[in-house]
Amino acid sequence: METVVFYIFAALSVAGALLVITYNNPVSSAVSLVLTLFSTAVLFVLLLAHFVAAIQILVYAGAIMILFLFTVMFLNLHPEALRFDARNMAFKVSIFLVVLLFTGYFAAMGFNKAFPGGGAPSPSPEGFGTVEGVGRLLFTGYLLPFELTSVLILAAIIGVVAIAKRRES
Amino acid sequence: MGVSLEHYFVLSAVLFVIGAYGVIARRNLIVVLMSLELMLNSANLAFVAFSRLHNDMAGQVFMIMSITVAAAEVAVGLALVVAVYAHRESLDVDILKILKG
Repeated sequence: METVVFYIFAALSVAGALLVITYNNPVSSAVSLVLTLFSTAVLFVLLLAHFVAAIQILVYAGAIMILFLFTVMFLNLHPEALRFDARNMAFKVSIFLVVLLFTGYFAAMGFNKAFPGGGAPSPSPEGFGTVEGVGRLLFTGYLLPFELTSVLILAAIIGVVAIAKRRES
Repeated sequence: MGVSLEHYFVLSAVLFVIGAYGVIARRNLIVVLMSLELMLNSANLAFVAFSRLHNDMAGQVFMIMSITVAAAEVAVGLALVVAVYAHRESLDVDILKILKG
């Protein structure tokens, strides 16, 4: 059962990723990206990371995608403005497929070398990946990095406002 | 028991390569940013898979921080895209050669 779910959503995420880089229209790419991110969230659930899966859907598939779609609609692109992107497609695709093949092969081989047992998941401890477990770790062992991320967000907000502000000239 | 964790790492590598290909080969600035998101997402998948492999939730904590970084990066990147588009009326990455010193 779990194996079937894994293969279905792994295939969906790869398909979504391929669609992201093939569509010419950014809106279609954004919707395909939602497919990939959502399938990855399902894989997180299979890895017993329930809290992280919820965060993934809220932040990635929610907030970040809205940001992308909002920007595309804000720019009001016409189709001729996107024509520049589709040159040498057959050549690019062939190179890409070769690289993809080698990556999968070498990733599998390297993993087999690093973990000879095959990496079968062991039974996990109580409360693994729940809101309580992750939250406890986040607010005890990793409190300083967690607070620093808020500084990062603040810097990003200030930076965005500074970049987007219209200069008088 | 479910699939071995090896499958997750291979999937993560494949998604990363697809994202890297998008960053290198696509010329639309917005799609380049989306491909960057794909790469970050595949790294997150590897984080969570390793967290499961070692039964240690530190990987998931890292993944939450990585999501924060991704959100900040997208916000700044899209602001730059809007600024470039207002300046040049184009989304081609090649117009960024004007940054050459």
